[in-house]
Amino acid sequence: MKAYLTRRYMFSASHRLHSDAMSAEENVATYGKCNNPYGHGHNYALEVTVSGQVDRNTGMVCNLVDLDDFVQREIIDRFDIENLNMLPEFAKTIPSTENLCTAIHEILQRGFTLAHLQGVRIEETMMNSFEYAGNAEMRR
Amino acid sequence: MVYLTRKAEFAASHYYHNPDFTPEENRRIFGKCNNPNGHGHNYTLEVTVKGEVDPRSGFVVDLKQLKETMHREVLDAMDHRFLNKEVPEFSRLIPTTENLAIVIWQRLAPELKAAQLHRVRVYETPDLFVDFYGEA
Repeated sequence: MKAYLTRRYMFSASHRLHSDAMSAEENVATYGKCNNPYGHGHNYALEVTVSGQVDRNTGMVCNLVDLDDFVQREIIDRFDIENLNMLPEFAKTIPSTENLCTAIHEILQRGFTLAHLQGVRIEETMMNSFEYAGNAEMRR
Repeated sequence: MVYLTRKAEFAASHYYHNPDFTPEENRRIFGKCNNPNGHGHNYTLEVTVKGEVDPRSGFVVDLKQLKETMHREVLDAMDHRFLNKEVPEFSRLIPTTENLAIVIWQRLAPELKAAQLHRVRVYETPDLFVDFYGEA
């Protein structure tokens, strides 16, 4: 039987939305307050969904301890209480939540091999959220 | 096609143990969840059904009937219970959130008449949930 397991994590980080490809006016027009050169922060909620057959012996899609350890080490320890613009992932990419989704998806896709990655969802605030599932459809 | 979701809450205890594993394996794989005295959660259940809207009633499903089915098949059986010892399915299955979602699906699917079961979502805590869509 195939099941989908979703785990939710929190981290806080700052960022500034600014594109070198745009003029100063265009940046302000596009990003508004988010273009403030000093940056600003959010409490992000990250949801990681993995899927697969429920193992007969353990009753699990994957052991949560393994998923938690990976996310803690590869994502939370690197992103929490940091300025996203300073991270190598965002050296050339704007740290919008869209790009944060694809960056986190790539980290999981590359490094977490114990279950199939179904997708990631990030809430930037309580009012907006973003989802990315690579080439697959997001399952709801 | 319209999708309708009904929510319910229940509180239950459980522990994880596989009699085919050695005590050391059980402790290594299941950690604290292997404590035979059990521990508990406030579970939130979301049942999503789908169907065409009946032009006469404007309903996908009679919500009262869905609510009663959820009460009878899930809450009466699982609320304030020790899942391993009081829910027959878990005498042979480990009551993980994955298996709980599957068992709830198996209990509800045959009881629903007008609408079709789409998804069973079980939250073990606010930061952990499992979705089951009836897939083999």
